[in-house]
Amino acid sequence: MISRKSLALALFGLMLASGTALAQSNEIRIGVALEPPALDPTAGAAEAIDVVVYQNIFEGLVRIDQSGAVQPGLADSWSISEDGLTYRFVLHEGITFHDGTSFDAEDVKFTFDRLLAEDSVNAQKALYAPISAVSVIDPATVEFTLSRPDGLFLFNLGRGDAVIVAPESADSNGTEPIGTGPFAFVQWDRGSRVVLEQYGPYWGDLPALTKATYLFISDTATMTNALLAGDVDGTNNFAPEALAVFEGNPQFKVLVGSTEGETILSTNNRKAPFDDLRVRQAMAHALDRQEIIDGATYGYGVPIGTHFAPHHPYYLDLVGTYPHDLEKAKALLAEAGYPDGFSATLKLPPVAYARLSGQIIASQFAEVGIKLELINAEWAQWLEDVFANKDFDLTIISHVEPFDIGIYANPDYYFGYDNADVQALNETLNATTDEAERQALAQEIQTVIAVDAVNGYLFELAQTGVWNAKLDGMWQNAPVEGVVLRDIHWVE
Amino acid sequence: MGVTFLALYFFRRFAGFAVTLFVAALIIFLLLDLLPGDPARFILGINATPEAVAALRDQMGLDAPAHERFFGWIGGMLTGDFGISTTQRLPVSQLIAERMAVTLPLSLIAMVVSIAVGLPMGILAAMRRGKATDTALMVLAQTGVAIPNFWFGMLLTLLFSVTLRWLPTGGFIPWDEDPGATLRGLILPGLALALPQASILARVMRTALVDITEQDFIRTARAKGLTKSEAIWRHGVRNALLPVLTILGLQFAYLIAGTIIVENVFYLPGLGRLIFTAISERDLVLVRGATIALVLVTTLTMLVVDLTYALVDPRLKGRDA
Repeated sequence: MISRKSLALALFGLMLASGTALAQSNEIRIGVALEPPALDPTAGAAEAIDVVVYQNIFEGLVRIDQSGAVQPGLADSWSISEDGLTYRFVLHEGITFHDGTSFDAEDVKFTFDRLLAEDSVNAQKALYAPISAVSVIDPATVEFTLSRPDGLFLFNLGRGDAVIVAPESADSNGTEPIGTGPFAFVQWDRGSRVVLEQYGPYWGDLPALTKATYLFISDTATMTNALLAGDVDGTNNFAPEALAVFEGNPQFKVLVGSTEGETILSTNNRKAPFDDLRVRQAMAHALDRQEIIDGATYGYGVPIGTHFAPHHPYYLDLVGTYPHDLEKAKALLAEAGYPDGFSATLKLPPVAYARLSGQIIASQFAEVGIKLELINAEWAQWLEDVFANKDFDLTIISHVEPFDIGIYANPDYYFGYDNADVQALNETLNATTDEAERQALAQEIQTVIAVDAVNGYLFELAQTGVWNAKLDGMWQNAPVEGVVLRDIHWVE
Repeated sequence: MGVTFLALYFFRRFAGFAVTLFVAALIIFLLLDLLPGDPARFILGINATPEAVAALRDQMGLDAPAHERFFGWIGGMLTGDFGISTTQRLPVSQLIAERMAVTLPLSLIAMVVSIAVGLPMGILAAMRRGKATDTALMVLAQTGVAIPNFWFGMLLTLLFSVTLRWLPTGGFIPWDEDPGATLRGLILPGLALALPQASILARVMRTALVDITEQDFIRTARAKGLTKSEAIWRHGVRNALLPVLTILGLQFAYLIAGTIIVENVFYLPGLGRLIFTAISERDLVLVRGATIALVLVTTLTMLVVDLTYALVDPRLKGRDA
């Protein structure tokens, strides 16, 4: 009995001594669901890496702003040759890495030589394949030579995969990232949090925040409690089913924006019956997008009719190409030789939007006689089956890469769409730098793949952030992966 | 005689311990090898070129034959080298040690609370056997077993963190930064973990005591003039500790390995979450290193319990090995 009493006393004492610590007005604690496996954005695809480091610790020659436009970064300016094959960058001078070493053109050359090397483990190496040479003109000038024009070259330079790293620290960036950004890495308590601190000698405008802590909270109910209790100040992308708790609460703001995630019912075009256009059209007619969006994202997604982000200026609204029409779907199936429908499998990765959409689509398809067997897979297995071995009928996945319509020009890609016209169009698009022409080409591809019903086009994933109402400067949209801290500040 | 018996008893337990470890290592290795999914592809995602994936596989040493990797692993462990995590690029032993700084104190807090609450409950219930106190305590214990610990944890959070704001909703502050804050963060998860354990302990303690009350030596004690409570307190409790010790050993092993859901609810960087993440990221080196560490802790705990038996129970010494 004594032990119980003293324990209770000790507990009480601790409680009195504590009280929830209030955040300083220049510090922030951000809750994120996934912990990055490492902190080097040039050696892994995990979005969680960019969430912590992109534009905070690491910077590229250019940076992507909130609207998705390219802005000067470590390079103050650049010029492009007439033929679109030579890019010359003038670097900002006097920049230092967080370990004190100086930044110059040699670091740029090192970064890209490393990225393009044979043993490179950069997850987006293919995006930089057009680079044939990087040469140092002088310490403040660097020149890129391309083997072919690339309309997305500047944008790709602004991605997390192309941030500039120093030869002194490149190998240890995974555990102790050293960049040029406004925040320097302080510590990583694995499984728990990463702490960043404002980097005093930063070359640009100093951010308002002096300290940022990322807390890894994977459980939705726990994140809700942590927000309500004030243990975290915000989260950039919260589970849509939990938003209702915060929407009416004046202490919080809910920011609903767009992402680059086209969520599609990926279809194995190599395989019967999906190699038959009529079958794919029938499936498109059987889909009821609004029902899927309401059920799988609590209404937060935007319907799409092709593989393109609706907020992009090149976007063409093709949602009406194959309207929800069960009779038409049945007729097309009968025409294709499946009057009673057919059976197929639907492999679902472990994300809520996929698992929920899958159930809804299965019931929608059942109405026209297509019987889907749902197979849940974890990520590694999904990647292996669907992506590497192409062993699947249907799957649901959000393609989060910006401007990734080029995947339709790759017949070896997992959904196996092989159309020479699209391949030719895409090649022209890549080689075109004129905006109007690019737009026309991109829209033509969008139309062809929509009409061909290559995949079932479902919705664009929303970004749903929940933040303390006194915080400002967060990105509402996510044109690239990341939680950019530079403009975030507390207002009274 | 007694000494020889003890020596043999100890030797057998140690041999069993070593064999268990080896078999466990073999099973872990084989199962992980059968697991579908390419760790390199997982790290690099869906846009990586085949060349980049091949380069990473090579870096990670995934292409060596299975027997080479198995014996390389065993050999490494014998010298204390558990390998390098493929996703985090850090020594597995360091990662496990970091997590133990959370899991061990958390398990200890849960153990202490469950012993401090569960044993007195069980003893009291046995002393008041058949009375209202007994019934009330056992209903309480039954409820404690029935309530999932993570759900109890959420209720605790709602009350103490969200409403009263006395304690944090979770998270782990390193010990060297602010030990008070560290401890505060472990109180709610410790309580959540302790609830079912204390309930089980109370029931086991009560049952063991009740069994003993019906034995001759207690009757003798009563005949000498002790009250029922005095008899139980002086002669019963020590005898009832044997089954309780077994349960405690099992509970400790469970707490070290099985706290993942509670760790998730309180976002604590414990061993359970480490293994869970490592499995989903196909960090096979880390998974097998951490799993074998768990096997080690569990078998060690059981070994200690077995050895304690021999010391606590004088009857064991008299027997033949």
